Amino acid sequence: MNLDPIAISATGLTRKFGSLIAVNNVDLEIPAGTIYGFLGPNGSGKSTTIRMLCGLLTPSAGAAMVLGMDSVRQSERLKQEIGYMTQRFALFEDLTVRENLQFISAVYALPRARRRSRVNQLLQEFNLMNQTGQRAGTLSGGQKQRLALAAATLHEPKILFLDEPTSAVDPQNRRDFWEKLFEMAQQGTTILVSTHYMDEAARCHRLAILDLGIKVADGSPKELGENIAYNVIEVVADNPNSARLSLAQNKSFTSITQLGVRLRVLIPKEIPDALEQVQLNLRQSQVSAQTEPVFPDLEDIFMAVTEERRRAEAA
Amino acid sequence: MNSLIRIFAVLRKEFLQLSRDRLTFGMIVGIPLLQLLMFGYAINTDVRNLTAAYADEANTHLSRQFISDIAASQVINLSQRVDTVQDLNRLMDAGVIAIGISVPEDFDRRVIARDRSAVQLLVDGTDPIILGVAQQLTALPIAFDSQTAAAPLRLIGVRNYYNPERRSAVNIVPGLVGVILTMTMVMFTAVAIVREKERGNMELLINTPIKTPELMLGKIIPYILIGLIQLVIILTMGRYFFEVPIRGSYAHVLAASLVFIAANLALGLLLSTVTKTQFQAMQMTFFFFLPSILLSGFMFPFDGMPVIAQNIAEVLPLTHFNRLIRGIILRGADITSMWNEMLAMIAFLAVTLTLAIARFSKRLD
Repeated sequence: MNLDPIAISATGLTRKFGSLIAVNNVDLEIPAGTIYGFLGPNGSGKSTTIRMLCGLLTPSAGAAMVLGMDSVRQSERLKQEIGYMTQRFALFEDLTVRENLQFISAVYALPRARRRSRVNQLLQEFNLMNQTGQRAGTLSGGQKQRLALAAATLHEPKILFLDEPTSAVDPQNRRDFWEKLFEMAQQGTTILVSTHYMDEAARCHRLAILDLGIKVADGSPKELGENIAYNVIEVVADNPNSARLSLAQNKSFTSITQLGVRLRVLIPKEIPDALEQVQLNLRQSQVSAQTEPVFPDLEDIFMAVTEERRRAEAA
Repeated sequence: MNSLIRIFAVLRKEFLQLSRDRLTFGMIVGIPLLQLLMFGYAINTDVRNLTAAYADEANTHLSRQFISDIAASQVINLSQRVDTVQDLNRLMDAGVIAIGISVPEDFDRRVIARDRSAVQLLVDGTDPIILGVAQQLTALPIAFDSQTAAAPLRLIGVRNYYNPERRSAVNIVPGLVGVILTMTMVMFTAVAIVREKERGNMELLINTPIKTPELMLGKIIPYILIGLIQLVIILTMGRYFFEVPIRGSYAHVLAASLVFIAANLALGLLLSTVTKTQFQAMQMTFFFFLPSILLSGFMFPFDGMPVIAQNIAEVLPLTHFNRLIRGIILRGADITSMWNEMLAMIAFLAVTLTLAIARFSKRLD
């Protein structure tokens, strides 16, 4: 059992592809037994970071220690201890569900008796008993994802890397999937999951927000919400369009996001009377609306931290 | 022990996938069958029935006799008669005939006087094989009956070893073993690995504890078996369709073929490490395949090539395999008398396999 409380640590992790800097000077410290999220849009460097931590890509600069092993020099030893679920379905489409799991169990060289029992156990656990003889290529999105997760956890890894695991899955399957992840974290597995879904990121114990290869913020979702330099005012208006047009005239409001009849307005904390400012603005334009200060959700946080970065760059 | 488990896992997976891939499976059996039938019958250097025309300006008893003698040889097919040499030239320019026979007006006098050639053959020399056939025609005797005894004695006689009936199949069939194996073996392995890169399987595989040599061995062994199946198909068909005997020992045929198959598979592996898509892998295969066919002595005699081409050919495993397999099958040669050919193939195998394993990276960068 690995008693080290830190499962993954990285300092100055950087990866360049030609002139493109895919990952730029990222520091990470991921406690063992947590679900750690990488949140960011496409191209923000989530996959590249995961691949460097797995030892699949050599960092251009910086280094990562995974389970106390160097991700580059000890990558082969590391492979027995980690599981990796690729973004794209990577199992063999022309093999059946059972054959795929049998293959993976042999590649990890589990003892013969253990192989059989482990494959059966996973088929049951991941609700694939009715598909054992079906070719993997003909499975539904949810079934493929369950098979991929079963394959990645077959050798009982201490760390599980999941690269956008739920992008091709319906909401019910996503819920079941996350329940599974919580169960595994409970049993001590460290899980690193990348996503661009805000609701998924919100389930993580801790997360890092990546934008254009740079880690712009990290912490628990609650800490992140407390630490942003913005207040969030929610506006519920009968005519949200005119409310939005009115609010947009005030340049000190950083961003206005419309969600149906609701608008979320981000206002820098250095403006002390944010709520009054909003109410005044709406009254002047004769738009009737209810206003209320709210706790920032992840989308607000994401807007806020990427906005801060843009300002810092412009300055 | 763990290595064996992993190699066996890859082996089992490859066999399962092969048994489900109907197209590849069909190609394994179909390519040797079709190519052997096609080339075995089509490639024929012992040419007969070349299209020809003649202009008999003498039109005497002797000239008519001569024309019918030539027609009886079956080397050419006298399709038409024209009036003058100019007509023959015209037909040849138009590509209608390959050979023209011009019999001059004073044919009889020239035959009697024997001071200069009595007949002129016009030959389309763009194809050297046709020119060779025309040479055969010049040996035909022409004389009045009273002069037959005066026909000159041939100074050089030819004795044809190993292939007295001059059948091309005897040369072509053993050559095809190497050609077909080169094409299928290099392509199958290159594609089999690149396909897994394309489908994303490779990213999963390189993230497991499997080692590069284990993965490569697991991938190569099934194709060695496939290569042997193809070998049996070709030699059996050669034996029963084209009556090409196997004079040497089967064990020697097997030994030479195994090394040759392994050399080609290693090359396929190497190609798979430098290509990203199946299409690129195919292109690279043909980049190697064409010089193999043209320079290895399969098509043209090795000795006639310029030194630089010979040097290139010496690198290609097909060159050495052709010498070995022709030697063993046709001449009943012993493999130990040709050990340097074996050595050359083993060297090729060692170099390409080392390069392939060195180049194959368990990383994505």
